[in-house]
Amino acid sequence: MTPPRLTPVAERAVLVEFGTVVDAAVHAAVLALDRALGADPVPGQVEVVPAMVNLLVVFDPLVTDHAAVRAALASRLADLVPEAGQGAVHEVPVCYDGAFGRDLAAVAAQAGCSVEAVIAAHLAGEYHVAMYGFAPGYAYLTGVPEPIRLPRKPAPVRGVPAGSVIIAAGQCLVTTLTMPTGWWVIGRSPTPILTGDPARPFLFAVGDRVRFRRVGVDALAGTQSGALPAPGGA
Amino acid sequence: MPRAVLRVLEAGPHCSLQDAGRAGMMRFGVPVSGPMDRVAMALAHHALGNPPGAAVAEVSLGGIVLQLEEGRLSVAVAGGGFMVEAGGRRLGSWSVVTLQEGDRLAVRRGPWGAWCCIAFAGVLQAEAWLGHVATHALSGLGGGALTAGRRLVIEDARLLPEAAIPCPVWARAPGDPVALVLGPQERFFGADRIEVLLGAPFRLSDAYDRMGVRLRGPSLAPDGALAIPSEPVLRGAVQVAGDGVATVLMADHQTTGGYPKIATLVGSELDGFAQLRPHAVVRFRAVTPEQAVAMVRLRAAALARRLGRA
Repeated sequence: MTPPRLTPVAERAVLVEFGTVVDAAVHAAVLALDRALGADPVPGQVEVVPAMVNLLVVFDPLVTDHAAVRAALASRLADLVPEAGQGAVHEVPVCYDGAFGRDLAAVAAQAGCSVEAVIAAHLAGEYHVAMYGFAPGYAYLTGVPEPIRLPRKPAPVRGVPAGSVIIAAGQCLVTTLTMPTGWWVIGRSPTPILTGDPARPFLFAVGDRVRFRRVGVDALAGTQSGALPAPGGA
Repeated sequence: MPRAVLRVLEAGPHCSLQDAGRAGMMRFGVPVSGPMDRVAMALAHHALGNPPGAAVAEVSLGGIVLQLEEGRLSVAVAGGGFMVEAGGRRLGSWSVVTLQEGDRLAVRRGPWGAWCCIAFAGVLQAEAWLGHVATHALSGLGGGALTAGRRLVIEDARLLPEAAIPCPVWARAPGDPVALVLGPQERFFGADRIEVLLGAPFRLSDAYDRMGVRLRGPSLAPDGALAIPSEPVLRGAVQVAGDGVATVLMADHQTTGGYPKIATLVGSELDGFAQLRPHAVVRFRAVTPEQAVAMVRLRAAALARRLGRA
């Protein structure tokens, strides 16, 4: 891995880039620096935003500046110890039945296997919460098994309901909003990522691990959102 | 304690409740949100003696009409050059006005500006998410959109003398040209495109909401960077899609993006920039990160003097 590149962003941030392509070692370094800054913030630190290959350190320009933050980051980077597998493990239920898994047949056709094999592959995956992005609670999970990795659809499909389990390339996520998406919709989860619990508003922390567990349609009845449309609806 | 109740009679798109916003949550996909023009909100609250981060009604170019159904209440209207009608009187924005029961308060687009905020002398009752009323447009989380029929309850309603709120000249518009810092991905853009960014006039398009505004102008197409890994972005980022069209990200921006960012507006330009309307012409100039820090410190000092905190 090349030495990290530190780039100033406007008057209030430094972008720390550990690489340019997504890679496990690069992401481990991102998480290690994220942990280090969480435990021991640099003076003036406002927030730290981890992503796939880089992390943004936002600071208050009224109390510090890029040079001071860069110097503080350099000392954190010198002591950095990437450690794997520290995150919590979550089990997330998924229903693949009927219209909840509306794209399963298309994924199976492109992967050259049966729908059941797609489901088995998805369930066999060991997923990591790599980052949140896009919108509140959109946790990008890496670890989709190779046989069911597909590029996203040529055009987004509108109105994909909140709670959808969607995949594209090596990534999987459980949506929190009803939105257009070009990812493949393979199931629905009754587990809200936005928990509604003020003490722990987001189900996952970046760095956590996730396994999916198959459930039937019954598991989606009476979920706390109460807004999940019936299969075939929406 | 006195209570006042307002009803929304009409509201254009993008009118919502806002407060100082929820900083520190971008790692969960949550942008800060908050008012498009933070200076206007600060001055409106100051005029009423409110805490600086209290909740306000933010009004878009679509305008809003409220009616006081119950009680008496003073409000401060600040931001842009909007037309204000209160209890049949015609005023401009940048006013403290008192409403009597039955009075209407209309805030409509005026000679300049794109966003106006209404602060209330009292405590607006609204739903908070993650501790803040600021509405995130895409999800509706927070206090929510302002739509016809909605009631706004203000507890501890107070009355203040009617007065004009001085509008600092620097709160009217961004710098001309608007200052930005190049990067963080200017390496995907050849010198020719940096020259275009810093030389050519651009126009704000109609594709403008609280998430961002698309610009019209010459193409800034990046060199084969269509698939950079998604990375964190800030309010004010100028991201360029593969077709060469630039978008300036605003208060409700996505927290990450996979398009390269050619530049990021300096923080002290964001409030003035937000007051530009679709079709306004902008030019940009590059400053160093050090100059950008100096600019925001000067702006913060100027605002602190206005707020009597210097």
